[in-house]
Amino acid sequence: MMIERLSQLYGAKGWLAIAIFLALVCVLMPVLYLAVPEDSPFHVSAWLITLLGKIMCYALLALAMDLVWGYAGILSLGHGLFFALGGYALGMYLMRMIGRESESGSDLPDFMVFLDWKELPWYWAGTDQFWYCALLIVLAPGLLALVFGYFAFRSRIKGVYFSIITQALTFAAMLLFFRNDTGFGGNNGFTDFKRILGFSLADPATKATLFIASGVALILALLLCRYIVTSKLGRVLTAIRDTESRVRFCGYNPLPYKLFAWTLSAMLCGIAGALYVPQVGIINPSEMSPANSIEIAIWTAVGGRGTLVGPIIGAALVNGAKSWFTVAFPEYWLYFLGLLFILVTLFLPQGMMGLAQRLRSKRNTHES
Amino acid sequence: MKAELTTSGIDGIDGNEITGLAHVAMPGTLDLSHGTVLYLDAITVSFDGFRALNELSLTVDAGELRCIIGPNGAGKTTLMDVITGKTRPDSGTAYFGQTLDLTRLNEHEIARTGIGRKFQKPTVFEHHTVFENLELAIKVDKGIWASLFWRLGAEQKDRIAATLDLIGLSALAGREAGTLSHGQKQWLEIGMLLAQEPKLLLLDEPVAGMTDAERERTAELFTSLAGEHSLIVVEHDMEFVTSIARKVTVLHEGRVLAEGAMEHVQNNEQVIEVYLGR
Repeated sequence: MMIERLSQLYGAKGWLAIAIFLALVCVLMPVLYLAVPEDSPFHVSAWLITLLGKIMCYALLALAMDLVWGYAGILSLGHGLFFALGGYALGMYLMRMIGRESESGSDLPDFMVFLDWKELPWYWAGTDQFWYCALLIVLAPGLLALVFGYFAFRSRIKGVYFSIITQALTFAAMLLFFRNDTGFGGNNGFTDFKRILGFSLADPATKATLFIASGVALILALLLCRYIVTSKLGRVLTAIRDTESRVRFCGYNPLPYKLFAWTLSAMLCGIAGALYVPQVGIINPSEMSPANSIEIAIWTAVGGRGTLVGPIIGAALVNGAKSWFTVAFPEYWLYFLGLLFILVTLFLPQGMMGLAQRLRSKRNTHES
Repeated sequence: MKAELTTSGIDGIDGNEITGLAHVAMPGTLDLSHGTVLYLDAITVSFDGFRALNELSLTVDAGELRCIIGPNGAGKTTLMDVITGKTRPDSGTAYFGQTLDLTRLNEHEIARTGIGRKFQKPTVFEHHTVFENLELAIKVDKGIWASLFWRLGAEQKDRIAATLDLIGLSALAGREAGTLSHGQKQWLEIGMLLAQEPKLLLLDEPVAGMTDAERERTAELFTSLAGEHSLIVVEHDMEFVTSIARKVTVLHEGRVLAEGAMEHVQNNEQVIEVYLGR
């Protein structure tokens, strides 16, 4: 029963695309990176592996955004917060794993030594255990989203009001994390990581593994979201998005439905953040800046809301463009991003996916 | 058996207390033992000092088809809002059957106990297909986990097919509801209501935008539903009201102006004044 339902998530073409993607991410790219010598034209550099791994984390973030925005109609402008919380959760473990190799040579993380702290704050207890931090990655953003969402949705806060509150939430969190006393490294955050689960982060094999993990996590999250949106729960979510009052009068309580999508989305953001941090080697409060969260919404809109695959493509395109743009014309990137958002909103309300569909239907009418 | 009336028994929803003539009130279920499906007493609703409903009292018998008419601003839609839990009255009591206190339940809880509502503007899920609209409406467990793992059973398929047949949209089951005509949307919304298996249907201007043929079919449908269901129809179209009405309530300035058979109401001088005078 379950297997049958899973196989129906995508058609033959969809599964083929997923298989090709997984083959690229799990086999081809790691082989080109690890096994092909550096002077060969087929060699993939560490820089590219890190960039692509990072983009897959962003794609996971955009996917999580689509679940709440595209399907439940809840525009969050604070998803960067959940991403950062996941990153910080794993970052705590990575900081503990530095051990005495740090500059200060102390058991404590360097920033605590500089603050003249003698022991770890209570909330750092257990962070030297990977399993505990792995739980924190989903529990910290999930719990925050659950509590915040419960009060917001129960008070029937909707639309732009909700968006503004989420924006304020991530801003407030950023200010909190900027403080040294908060115990998360202040504005420097966490960096100088050495190893994860005993493997050196500088080792190419570790990099390749993290890259593969990001791709696999992205596909698993895609399938999970697809399962949800193709279930009746997904149809209730889109019904809430379109006409919430009708949903109530049909006998559904929208609160648990919204809360489910919202909390799950935050947990996926946490996973994305946790995969991101060991690959880029740093997490600091700027990840919680309001602009970052707005960018996530732009990726999603560019790719096409309510399609799941669209936001993944959107995140890849925008971030691909960004890494080229910020080298070629660093001053103009934000203008370009703003322009892109305006153009997409005006001319491509369904994003890239909508454009693809329009082109396809045009071709079909030409042929017939 | 000893008849015993406890104060909490009147609420009904919070327990299995003995209420009245020795029958047990089941929590959340409709009790029609006294032949009254809806009982409103002295309901007042004010918005910024304006009294949309002013000490309104209204009783509807089980199986009745009641028409409510009245000029704009008479409080018809506010009345529906109070019954469905969208608006809380400032004062007054509202009971569904003998035991369900409507002023204490949420919209979705009221819907689950068996009150279905059709809005003035047809409200369907425009981006869902006609079939999916009915699938969302049919009476099943509407909790979140039930929805996540829900699969359409043969019994529900039959129910949806029967409803599609009744509302004449079988051929359009796969169409997106947003593409339907105004009249078809009205029918779809009525179909969604029926799929919920309600005991009481509230219909706000159900024939607006319908052709004459569609009106006639609607009149037939409503008349056939009465008895098994109770219906409250709010309508401006006097011809339609005359064709289905058994008992008419005229609202004016938030209270009941007149009530009775159509001819009786039509000859009431106050009603004539409100509708024709000034």
